[in-house]
Amino acid sequence: MEELAGRPKSLTEQEFHYCPGCTHGIVHRLVAEVIDELDIQEQTIGIAPVGCAVLAYDYFDLDMLEAAHGRPPAVATGIKRVHPDKVVFTYQGDGDYASIGTAESVHAASRGERITTVFINNAIYGMTGGQMAPTTLEGQKATTAPRGRDTKEAGFPLQMSEMLATLEGAVYVARVSVDTPQRIKQAKEAIKKAFKVQLKGLGYALVEVLSTCPTNWGLSPQQALDWLEDNMIPYYPLGELKSVGEVE
Amino acid sequence: MSDKILMKGNEAIAEAAIRAGCTHFFGYPITPQNELPAYMAEKLPEQGGVFLQAESEVAAINMVYGASAAGARVMTSSSSPGISLKAEGISYIAGAELPCVIVNMVRAGPGLGGIGPSQSDYFQATKGMAHGDFRLAVLAPDSVQEAVDLTRQAFDIADKYRNPVMILGDGVIGQMMEPVEFKEIDSPELPEKDWIVDGAEGRERNIIHSLRLKTEDLTEHNWKLARKYEQMQEDEVRYEEKLMDDAEVAIVAYGTTARVVKTAIKEARAEGIKVGLIRPISLFPFPKKVIKKAAQQVDCFLTVEMSTGQMVEDVRLAVNGERSVAFYGSPGGAVPSPAEILVKLKEVME
Amino acid sequence: MAKVKFETDRCKGCKLCTNVCPQEIIIIEEEANIKGYYPAAVKETEDCIGCAFCALICPDVVIEVFKE
Repeated sequence: MEELAGRPKSLTEQEFHYCPGCTHGIVHRLVAEVIDELDIQEQTIGIAPVGCAVLAYDYFDLDMLEAAHGRPPAVATGIKRVHPDKVVFTYQGDGDYASIGTAESVHAASRGERITTVFINNAIYGMTGGQMAPTTLEGQKATTAPRGRDTKEAGFPLQMSEMLATLEGAVYVARVSVDTPQRIKQAKEAIKKAFKVQLKGLGYALVEVLSTCPTNWGLSPQQALDWLEDNMIPYYPLGELKSVGEVE
Repeated sequence: MSDKILMKGNEAIAEAAIRAGCTHFFGYPITPQNELPAYMAEKLPEQGGVFLQAESEVAAINMVYGASAAGARVMTSSSSPGISLKAEGISYIAGAELPCVIVNMVRAGPGLGGIGPSQSDYFQATKGMAHGDFRLAVLAPDSVQEAVDLTRQAFDIADKYRNPVMILGDGVIGQMMEPVEFKEIDSPELPEKDWIVDGAEGRERNIIHSLRLKTEDLTEHNWKLARKYEQMQEDEVRYEEKLMDDAEVAIVAYGTTARVVKTAIKEARAEGIKVGLIRPISLFPFPKKVIKKAAQQVDCFLTVEMSTGQMVEDVRLAVNGERSVAFYGSPGGAVPSPAEILVKLKEVME
Repeated sequence: MAKVKFETDRCKGCKLCTNVCPQEIIIIEEEANIKGYYPAAVKETEDCIGCAFCALICPDVVIEVFKE
């Protein structure tokens, strides 16, 4: 019998520590599947962020490195500049990529650093217990926005993909979601392209993945997927914001 | 014919680093160390290496983290405010046990301070760099030649202990020109870098991290680091003693200040004052044994620094109350004159 | 013919798989697993069409799907 789905080789046997229904696990699996399909397990180095995915180094069966909060793009730059022939990716959440590490994110993209970023946007700080994120939606409640995000006080949710797509060095920018089986398939295709961009040495590649945080959103896993569709996708529209022909 | 060439300290350190096998440099502009990255930008690519101007000191030190993890000999340089920004990354580098060399051409602080020579980052370099239980090896040259020699040693120490090493200078060391010789030195035997991340081809994967959530793991790790620093105390202490044989007073000074102190001592000796110099070259590990030993011989100590008094605390700890330890400081970005030091010396001896 | 295999002890009972199954054959067990969650399972395996939606949406890589 042909195996249609199972545990990818590039994941370890370690069980994820994520809360029930948290979509981090889906994205981990997609990244590992892509690495398997491109047959690059032994040439890939992954960088874990600070945040819920800090233990990603336990889950990816790859050479892994854990970086300080927000610094993965700079750390990835250092690795890639030593091993330009290897594949380097960062896996970062919204606090990491879009708040404390914004400078590192923008400049790695601007330099056209030949790395791939998988950016998990779940509009909240998960690990620290539900604080407002740079991507928290207007009106969305968080422990540090108890009456909901007030844009007069806290400004507007940051659309990282739109911002980075304006940069010459960012050659592939896509926003995907993992709330339905169909979109999960599309997410995987985007992640695969983002790795191919690197393999071809074209420049910086970013895939923003809209994700859920049932625990800190105070919703069941299914309600969280529904909330994502109803609230996040209208503000964070899906699709390829930027692509290059050579990836195809 | 001599092999000596005239070079600025900053450029000589860069050249010494390249000769030591440094292939990667990441930095951000700040005075008074700008000649160092500029030299790297010029020379490293010619040698097949990489120079990259980062978007900030924070990014630069994290690029160093990545390049070191990937197995390269890597350097960054900065000056005081920039080192403060690098502090976070340095803590992670020490926690993850990665080797690298960091140059700090100290300028007077706090805050933006001034660009004049200063030794006000002694505490930061030797004790309070950043969060957590870790140390840097800190080497403080007093000449361009010594800066060259120590740069080479810094890379070896970093690799031997898998720990960051700091070259601590100032605008004088960085900017002045002196004749230097780049001696061919055989590499000591260093441990194999079997811990790097480069893709795990045909081997078990490696993980580089500083997160250790289990108390017992972190306890064990921190004691392991502590043992490395103890080992440095045994094997890496560097100092110079001058005219100490018959000295009745010892001046303790390092780096640029020690140069001036040497002139002051010459003048004092001409007046018949029996004064000698103890010059710590490694600020961590601190040469406490030699100072402790001197306490059995001299009547008193005078510590001279371009600060309001930082290394003097280590001198007092080493002397441990056996003798008095006086202090003379110049904290505003100016090198003290030999005459000032001589006046203070005579005052101390009364 | 398709076959699904649930690694029950890895399941956290989030139920996302139960909602995407077009055949509606995924149920939640009444007995808790080793982690204390009520895991998902398929009882009428002969009705499985091998679409693998359940495996796609599973955040914990619990499900394997095979097809002839």
